[in-house]
Amino acid sequence: MKELTFGTLIAVFEEIFGPTLFWVMVVAAIIITLAYLYVLIRDRAVSWHKFLRAQLSMPIGAIVAVLFVQKMTHSSFSDIGGPIDVIILLGIAAMGAVGAAILVYTFDALLLQRPNRQED
Amino acid sequence: MTHSFNATRRGFLSLAAGAGALMATGANAAALKTVETKAKIVILGAGAAGTALANRLVRRLNGAEITIIDPRKEHWYQPGFSLIAAGLKPSKYSVSQTGDWLPKDINWVAERAAEIDPDAQKVMTESGKTIPYDFLILAPGLVLNYGAIEGFEMDMIGKDGIGSLYAGPDYAAKTWEAAGRYTEDGGVGIFTRPATEMKCAGAPIKHTFLIDDIARKAGTTNLDINYMAHNQGLFGVPIISEKLRMLFGQREITPHYSHVLKAVDAGKKIATFETENGDAEMPYDYLHIVPPQQAPDVVRNSALTDPGSWDGRGWATVDKHTLRHNFFDNVFAVGDIAGVPKGKTAASAKWQVPVVEEHLVAQIAGTKSDASYNGYTSCPLITRVGRAMLIEFDYNNNLTPSFPGVIAPLEELWISWLMKEVALKATYNAMIRGDA
Repeated sequence: MKELTFGTLIAVFEEIFGPTLFWVMVVAAIIITLAYLYVLIRDRAVSWHKFLRAQLSMPIGAIVAVLFVQKMTHSSFSDIGGPIDVIILLGIAAMGAVGAAILVYTFDALLLQRPNRQED
Repeated sequence: MTHSFNATRRGFLSLAAGAGALMATGANAAALKTVETKAKIVILGAGAAGTALANRLVRRLNGAEITIIDPRKEHWYQPGFSLIAAGLKPSKYSVSQTGDWLPKDINWVAERAAEIDPDAQKVMTESGKTIPYDFLILAPGLVLNYGAIEGFEMDMIGKDGIGSLYAGPDYAAKTWEAAGRYTEDGGVGIFTRPATEMKCAGAPIKHTFLIDDIARKAGTTNLDINYMAHNQGLFGVPIISEKLRMLFGQREITPHYSHVLKAVDAGKKIATFETENGDAEMPYDYLHIVPPQQAPDVVRNSALTDPGSWDGRGWATVDKHTLRHNFFDNVFAVGDIAGVPKGKTAASAKWQVPVVEEHLVAQIAGTKSDASYNGYTSCPLITRVGRAMLIEFDYNNNLTPSFPGVIAPLEELWISWLMKEVALKATYNAMIRGDA
């Protein structure tokens, strides 16, 4: 009887961020992901050079994600009350880090590097 | 079918991890067998319980004539009132339209029910309409008896240090006007609860903790916060009562036992309490009022309640496990109106609705159901902005944690706050649509 309802999941996120901001973020995430895939297909390889640079953005992405969620939920670090809270905090940070890395990699590949330049 | 309710019990609170949600579950009502019937079903009340049941019944019953009676155009998400009254959400956060939640192919009579005749199986509305039924579901909620508090008028809410978040979304916002001033000015804060059965017994405590927390974070130091318990405990479940006693101690909130608000003098800012040693007067700078609560007159004055029980407050006389009326086997009660020992919360309604659905569908199909409501209710008991304790319990005062070992019921946790603040409304919405 247990099932994951996608509609409810969407509703929860709309609740957290407000419908407008949520859908703007969804569209932004889709565009960035598509751009990332485009870059991968265009270059036919992961550029480890760019990937290394992208990694530098991960701590910033992690911090921004945590602060963003805290702002949206009237929360702060002092509200961490137990191990599960730390796990959730780390989960949010990890998502922020990965998101930032993809964003920077894509930005780098699309705008800063010329497509025909061989780096690796 | 008992197992299915355990599954969805978990589902109700399994929202919210990380940025708010890991998973949401819904009972797969569409997969259940439908029953052909011409039965006339009347649901009295289009609140959380009545609406959820209507949405589930239209999927289970083919050809039934379902009528829902309720004059209220606005649907109120009542769990949001605590957040509105602490300035964390605007009043519109809790307001939607009743009509948007109801299934299309039922009749909505937007009138107040005036009388129920369970022998003749009919409901009379205020305009004189007579609506016959084969099955009746009582879900009219409860009424707030503000008239029982001497000297109190509704227009006092929000002024002169008086708040009462139960009265509705706008009154919850007005409550914050008064409470917000108190968090800056400080002084004596008095937080009450009635001696009657009530909606969400955690809400008066949440308001106490929230106002205390907001005031302290604002740097207000001259705080004298008092919680007025109606008996010798702070909560009906002993282990939770003890935990609250400890938290109040840590937070320097003074509990007063057996103090029930009787009268208020808004001009002099004095509240009068009935105590074991006679009346006691207390001056206040902020007073939060939770009025006595009872069944709406349409049930209280009907043959569906036992005037000798509940001190005449009129809750429907039903079996606490099946929610079927003790004397009229074609009548059920669901939500606040049910005369059961525990649970006047949306979480209770969420667990009661499928039980009534199963028994009603089985009765129509000529079979039996073993669905049973165990008194489950839950309360994300906010202890400050950013933290709550996820409290779940049953008729036997047992804690029934949905996530044992992961979310500890008596710990103040951020995840429990996230559930209350962001995931609960979405889950509630799914529930009244009949999806969860």
